[in-house]
Amino acid sequence: MSEGVEERATTGALGADGPADLAAEPLRVDGLEKQFGGITAVDGATFGVERGTLTGLIGPNGAGKSTTFNLVTGVHRPDAGQVTFAGEDITGMDPHRIARKGLVRTFQIARELGGMTVMENMMLAPQRQSGEALWRSVTPGLRPRVRREESDLVEQVWDTLDFFDIEHLAEEEAGGLSGGQRKLLELARALLTDPDVLLLDEPFAGVNPTLERRLLDQIHALRERGYTFLLVEHDMDLIMEQCEHVIVMHQGRILTQGSPAEVRSNEAVVEAYLGGEV
Amino acid sequence: MGIAETYSRGRRLATQNPVGVVVAATAVVLTLDLLGALATGGVAVSRVGRLVWDGLMRGLVIGLAGIGLSMTYSILGFANFAHGDYTTSGAFAGWAATYLLAGLGRADVGSLLLVGAGGSVFGAQLGIGVVATPLAVLAGLLTAGAAAVVLALAVDRVVFRPLRGESGIALLITSIGVAFALRNLLQFVFGPARRGTTDAGAVPDVEIPLADGAVTVGAHDITLLVVASGLMLGVHALLQRTKLGKAMRAMSDNRDLARVTGIPTERVVTATWVIGAALTGAAGYVLVLWKGTMTFNDGWLLLLLIFAAVILGGIGSIYGAIVGGLVIGLTASLAAVWIPASFARAAAFVVMIVVLLVRPTGIFGGRSTA
Amino acid sequence: MSTTSGLVGRIADADLTYVLAMLAGVYALYLAAGLALGFDARGLLNSVAVVTFYVAVFAMLALALNLHWGYTGLFNIGVVGFMAVGIYTMALVSKPVLGSGGSAAQVGGLGLPIWVGMIAGMAAAALLGLVVALPALRLRADYLAIVTIAMSEIVRFTLLSRTFQSFGLFGRTVGLGGGSGLILDFQSPLAALVGTLGLEGAYAGLVGLVGTVVAQNPRAVVDQFVYGLLLLVFVAGFYWLLKRAGESPFGRVLKAIREDEQVAGALGKDTDRFKIKSFMLGCALMGLVGVLWFMPQGAITPNTYRPRLTFFVWIALIIGGAGSNTGSVLGGGVFAALLFQGPLYFKNLVDRAVDISNAPGSFGPAVAPLLGAGDPVPFLLYTVDSVRQLQLVLMGVVLIVLMHRRPEGLLGHREETAATVPLTRRVAGEDDEPESQATAADGGQR
Ligand SMILES: Nc1ncnc2c1ncn2[C@@H]1O[C@H](COP(=O)(O)OP(=O)(O)OP(=O)(O)O)[C@@H](O)[C@H]1O
Ligand SMILES: [Mg+2]
Repeated sequence: MSEGVEERATTGALGADGPADLAAEPLRVDGLEKQFGGITAVDGATFGVERGTLTGLIGPNGAGKSTTFNLVTGVHRPDAGQVTFAGEDITGMDPHRIARKGLVRTFQIARELGGMTVMENMMLAPQRQSGEALWRSVTPGLRPRVRREESDLVEQVWDTLDFFDIEHLAEEEAGGLSGGQRKLLELARALLTDPDVLLLDEPFAGVNPTLERRLLDQIHALRERGYTFLLVEHDMDLIMEQCEHVIVMHQGRILTQGSPAEVRSNEAVVEAYLGGEV
Repeated sequence: MGIAETYSRGRRLATQNPVGVVVAATAVVLTLDLLGALATGGVAVSRVGRLVWDGLMRGLVIGLAGIGLSMTYSILGFANFAHGDYTTSGAFAGWAATYLLAGLGRADVGSLLLVGAGGSVFGAQLGIGVVATPLAVLAGLLTAGAAAVVLALAVDRVVFRPLRGESGIALLITSIGVAFALRNLLQFVFGPARRGTTDAGAVPDVEIPLADGAVTVGAHDITLLVVASGLMLGVHALLQRTKLGKAMRAMSDNRDLARVTGIPTERVVTATWVIGAALTGAAGYVLVLWKGTMTFNDGWLLLLLIFAAVILGGIGSIYGAIVGGLVIGLTASLAAVWIPASFARAAAFVVMIVVLLVRPTGIFGGRSTA
Repeated sequence: MSTTSGLVGRIADADLTYVLAMLAGVYALYLAAGLALGFDARGLLNSVAVVTFYVAVFAMLALALNLHWGYTGLFNIGVVGFMAVGIYTMALVSKPVLGSGGSAAQVGGLGLPIWVGMIAGMAAAALLGLVVALPALRLRADYLAIVTIAMSEIVRFTLLSRTFQSFGLFGRTVGLGGGSGLILDFQSPLAALVGTLGLEGAYAGLVGLVGTVVAQNPRAVVDQFVYGLLLLVFVAGFYWLLKRAGESPFGRVLKAIREDEQVAGALGKDTDRFKIKSFMLGCALMGLVGVLWFMPQGAITPNTYRPRLTFFVWIALIIGGAGSNTGSVLGGGVFAALLFQGPLYFKNLVDRAVDISNAPGSFGPAVAPLLGAGDPVPFLLYTVDSVRQLQLVLMGVVLIVLMHRRPEGLLGHREETAATVPLTRRVAGEDDEPESQATAADGGQR
């Protein structure tokens, strides 16, 4: 793939306007708790994510990472605690309102819209599409404007597909994609919403190493321009190498957090997690 | 469940579920209103007594038929819209047997087997009743159950089994096709007319005096009560005492998991159909015995009430279906105290809709079969 | 771009061709049957008019249901309730004031023009849709199904009840008529339309023209025929509206909701609002079909609006294939012509060949000769005579077979891309002219 396409993808596909001017700590979570029946999935999680960082969230299976994502993005309502985004309390807000504010997540198990083509999946993502109002899409005099808007989006979407190396799948039904391709689609789609903060739940699971590197480069490029990422990953080397800040969860609690070096030297972590797995 | 636990559960419900509290309050207000009306004589006690008894009878039938619907709903994962027509099919088969035994020699076999289609024989003429012709009734009851089982298994074999892996919605739509075909085949064979099946005048009854009047309890009421509660207890024992109940619970929780853990899923499915259909066929039979009339769309008309009961009780729960059946039966019957009788069924549907909105898992929800 | 727009054009044409071919096939079949039955010109015109009527109403109903189920994944099996609310509201609004005319009707209406009644009917159906949607749209599909069918039965019980048989509204005595129904004693809608358009002269001319081939009362035939054609215009309107709604960012969100509501939410779409809009629009259209179907019938009774009618619409949609507007039209047409009307024609055909008036009255006398003497004739006669029940059996079997063999419908797996523009990559070199190209494509749309 040529350098040019990549360039266009970074500048064109993703918010040419840059991230909204957020506080130094756009996302903050305080004393979050969630129980499912008898299980305490998240037990008083407190942490912040700094602007323009790539923060890693690690922990053994069942530690409560995905549940934390669900609580932050409004999928589940926390039993206690508070979520603050860009200085605003968003606890218990509807998922779509949170997403519109610029806090967007991907799912651990890719949730492609199976009966729609890859292209349709992608076209869904851009925010504030005027044609989402029924009357604008239907009324004869107003539809041309929707069409113009869509023509521009189509180009942007193709560029993004190019970047993720899935342009050859554009016309395919998303339900027919392989696991890795679904992950890519999900990530590409999330990026197209032009979020300020992205929560990625194991985005690289099943993605080939070359592409993984390119995605990471892209993430870093965006991060440098002020976008913020919170990343769940089981690949310890990747987290230690790529993240400025690492949060370790265990049995619903935050075990420790800090720079990769600090985390690595923490005995509790080594015992609970690194010791067993690395 | 201890008192403290009940209390804290109640408090949690109240804060999490304001609509539920409103519903409960409405129920309390209605009850108080009824008690007030009874006290002042605005509503006759004996009338309420009759409505309660009538509601109880209907409720037992709905509950009995509901057990099968509830089981297939949770284990096969779809709402079977043909269930009501299994009820009718069982009833027709059973009544054909009853007619045959009661009327052999007095009318031609064909007319008897067709339950007097086209007005060829009448139940009253044959003197049918649980006291007058107990054997014919017993044989009819057994035939009804057996025929419904055969039908359910055959339909499963031909229609539902090939779709086993499909979504619940695809199966639901298919079951609507089954219901259409069955119901109209019944009409084709047995005719469209509603017919009298028993010699209603000759059925013994007792008047139980109640305050300002009396409640009449007939032999067929008692039969219904005995058959329904007996079968309910029987199923309860069966599912508690045997491995089948456990396997069913496992399957309704997670079909794939059940399969990999070595539960013979197809055998469980068969058992589900057998038990569910037997009960629903029997329910159809005793309903006709109790009402004294039958026609081809009795079961279809009952179906929504059965759904209401099953949803109310929580899909997959047998006790839920029974309790739900009683609640729906009593609602549909007692509603006449407050609203015009033509809205009685509507009242039962409203109760179901409210339950779906407030507590979609039902009263006994969350816990599956038995 | 020219190649792609050519392709789009071809696909659109193909769709139109399907629909026209379906209509042509239906007409050929009915004319052939009519000729075989020895119909005269009047009979032929009539049979074509009647089948046109049913093809049109089922096509419209399937289109409206496709918006609910095919696009949004809302499992509505209360279709008939919305239709009933549509026509009853229309009747309430447009029936003449009680005692004003020479009508024998027991209850009156508000005496407003027919078009006001039609709009009121749609609005009432949409409103009922909102009432159902607000609480129920978050329910699982099968629960929504049960709620909607229960709702449609509650509507029917309400229409049946004596309580609302007659009541006062704005100082007028109006009502739902209870079990005996309502007499639709307003002006013939067709005459009203012709009058409004000032076409009385032309219409009389047409009647005169037809009078040359149809001797007696040509007006009735012309009325029926013109009404059928008018309904086809409505079908085109439904199609136009729903195609535009579906092939747009709005329709894209509906599809996303159908596939995975949570994902749509995570992408910032207010799924509840979209579902409510989709549901209300579909309900309004169902209400309108209720009006169009029953308005010219002279009288309506509550028991017409049984769940069976809802299932007819579902069968039509499944035949055509949920998710496709073109498929919905085809499904509606095929259902109406072959399953709904066809068996009755078949019966008439047989009746013509052999006299079935002495068919046995019930199953017993029909099978006895077959079992006894091996004489199948009485049974066959009974079978033909019972075509009204057997046609429902046939519908049930067709539904089962479709779900087994062809759940994706007549046209096979087919999705209409949810976007206003082709989602293909623009060919290099045309990048500089996006505006003119978009408008050109829009103007070129059929
Ligand atoms: N919707 C739910 N209902 C019931 N229990 C749940 C639900 N979601 C999560 N849990 C439970 O909460 C705990 C935490 O799960 P979670 O998915 O958050 O872990 P995780 O850290 O993301 O694990 P993994 O690395 O395996 O993805 C687990 O015990 C899980 O079973
Ligand atoms: Mg996880």
